[in-house]
Amino acid sequence: MATESIAWPSTAAGSRSFVETLHEWVTTVDHKRLGILYIVYALFFLVIGGIEATVIRIQLIRPHNDFVSPEVFNRLFTMHGTTMIFFVVMPVLFGFANYLIPLMIGARDMAFPRLNAFSFWMTAFGGLFLYFSLVGANGLYGAGNAPDVGWFAYAPLTSQTFSLGHSTDFWTLALLVSGFGSIGTAINIVATVVCMRCPGMTLAKMPLFAWLNLVMAGLVILAVSPLTAAQLMLLIDRYLGGHFFDTQAGGSAVIWMHFFWIFGHPEVYVLVLPAFAFASEIIPVFSRKPIFGYPVMVGATVAIGFISMSVWAHHMFTVGMGSAANTFFVISTMAIAVPTGIKIFNWLATMWGGKIDLKTPMLFCIAFLFQFLIAGLTGVMLSAAPFNWQLGNSYFVVAHFHYVIVGGIMFTLFGAFYYWFPKMSGKMYSETLGKLHFWLFVIGFHLTFDFMHIPGILGMPRRIYTYEPGRGWDTWNLIVTIGVFFQAAGILVFLGNLIWSYFRGKLAGNDPWDAWTLEWSANSPPPAYNFALIPTVQSRRPLWDLKHPDDPDWKYE
Amino acid sequence: MSMTTVPPVTAELDWDLPARGQVAMYSLITAEAAIFTIFVVAYLFYLGKSLSGPMPSEVLTPPILYTVCLLSSSLTIHFAGKNLRDGNVRRFGAWWLLTIALGAIFLYGTASEWHRLIYKDGLTITTNLFGTTYYSLVGLHGFHVVMGLLALTTVMVFTIFGSVQREHAERIDVLSLYWHFVDAVWVVVFTVVYVIGR
Repeated sequence: MATESIAWPSTAAGSRSFVETLHEWVTTVDHKRLGILYIVYALFFLVIGGIEATVIRIQLIRPHNDFVSPEVFNRLFTMHGTTMIFFVVMPVLFGFANYLIPLMIGARDMAFPRLNAFSFWMTAFGGLFLYFSLVGANGLYGAGNAPDVGWFAYAPLTSQTFSLGHSTDFWTLALLVSGFGSIGTAINIVATVVCMRCPGMTLAKMPLFAWLNLVMAGLVILAVSPLTAAQLMLLIDRYLGGHFFDTQAGGSAVIWMHFFWIFGHPEVYVLVLPAFAFASEIIPVFSRKPIFGYPVMVGATVAIGFISMSVWAHHMFTVGMGSAANTFFVISTMAIAVPTGIKIFNWLATMWGGKIDLKTPMLFCIAFLFQFLIAGLTGVMLSAAPFNWQLGNSYFVVAHFHYVIVGGIMFTLFGAFYYWFPKMSGKMYSETLGKLHFWLFVIGFHLTFDFMHIPGILGMPRRIYTYEPGRGWDTWNLIVTIGVFFQAAGILVFLGNLIWSYFRGKLAGNDPWDAWTLEWSANSPPPAYNFALIPTVQSRRPLWDLKHPDDPDWKYE
Repeated sequence: MSMTTVPPVTAELDWDLPARGQVAMYSLITAEAAIFTIFVVAYLFYLGKSLSGPMPSEVLTPPILYTVCLLSSSLTIHFAGKNLRDGNVRRFGAWWLLTIALGAIFLYGTASEWHRLIYKDGLTITTNLFGTTYYSLVGLHGFHVVMGLLALTTVMVFTIFGSVQREHAERIDVLSLYWHFVDAVWVVVFTVVYVIGR
């Protein structure tokens, strides 16, 4: 219980009308409310993107299926990819960063609260704009509808000639608009972490969560900007008759690939670094040990940030770039496995000899360790150019990156949801439902994505809407689709748990996990001002120091 | 174990972190620099790949005078900021106005160059790859000059009405940083378009 608190205008829910509450949320500049807006917004799109994935898998459950038409199938995989990357994972990670960074570094808000609100609404309108294409893009010759050019939208498919109507414009503009939001948030995170830390919190005493999100924000600044530039070029081509990607006028389709993947690969690390951040906070607390090798973790993070800027063309081995370029990108891609491997060993060493408490957040993080390892190993396989020539654009690749994004990022994200839910809502989630969610999702995940590698090795290309029987793909596709239903059930349990616990959960208290970072010293949920008094810290685990004055951390750091 | 309290302030630490405005502006500049890098790379990549004329060597002449104007505006904005820090608001206003004038002259230079290229030389954004990359790169820079001028003019209006005081010097410096960036980018664009590209 916080000893000091400041009288604050009453926010009793009963006394406010719906319109007043809505007005409060729409005009808010509070980092916690914006964080929750980001998270709720992302959960909404998670359901949409999940439904799209389910329809895709139902279509592929057996050969010659005609659940959806080929045209609809193209729109589905485009919308699924774009939605999940730009309107689910990025917003939800920004949401957690927004909510937690000021609390963890002992600040009362982000550095620029209004920029924060602006960025959120840009992202939000980007997502709505993308889906408005369903009704708004009825362009020429009935060719409009949702975008259908794939989530990386290779030229020249995106040119006026091949993309009639306005569906591609909706895709471009949605990404451009949400990109401005992302850059705004990234600038805000950098300024917050650099300028708003509470007294005593030097960079070396900052929680790893803040460190990883700082590097993530740096990557957003460096990686999303090239995407913005590429989208501007595409708009110039489509609206003003430019020739950037117009091969008929001497332009190059390959340069779009380069520009897209200069964004696209660092983007993977933009998504995975916050996942690492969750794991780096959750694993120590549930192992009852401080994180192993803090300086090395920071160093590895910065190394990942740097190397990730020089690996993009491993998405393009099948294009034929010449052996010099191939060699460079093979080596740089393999090199990035080194700092990532260091991190995995550090998490293992944190657990080693610890008093491991298998609560739901920890379960998700342990599964993450195994799955992310396998995802990394298939990544190293695909980084070898000759292997890539064989399996590029096959279901092996699809299985690999879903292993990263679902098996790695989504799992830690679920862990983060359970870990910080008591702080955000003030209520404790249901451990039973949490474990049910975990097991449903683990079973579904492995049914889907373990077995998805095999049709890839057997030659099944990605993005086909159906296939011939008798190629040895049938059974695997059936198993893959069955796994999807387990995952969907897991998601339903998860959402149900969040809603049920929010209304009916037991009160959680301020510090249910006996944790060590500053956010657990604030009330649950924290008041608008976060801390009545700005705290001072002396070590990386300020609450440990407080709880164990006889044996504080700062004696050893 | 929920008996946690906010750790109290024990002693006044010597705690001085960078100004958030500066950090944010440097971050924005980094993002902008990345955008310009992509456009510069595209310009260099497509040099000499146009399938039809006009070519850069036939139609471009280096706008030396206008370049001098833009680059000297970095100097004038520096003097403006210095005067504001010294509390000399009137001199600040004069230097600030000069900066706006120099920026506007530069913008006029770009406009007249474009007018000549479009109406005399027949080069538009659709003509060839040179046209596409040239108007995009120079246009992107011009857009930043326009944005900068709008911001500078806003400050000028506030100065005329007497709202800009010495305590705003830090914020003015943040805006100056952006203006210096716009000038620095022009050095790159000038080199790429009028020196290497011809």
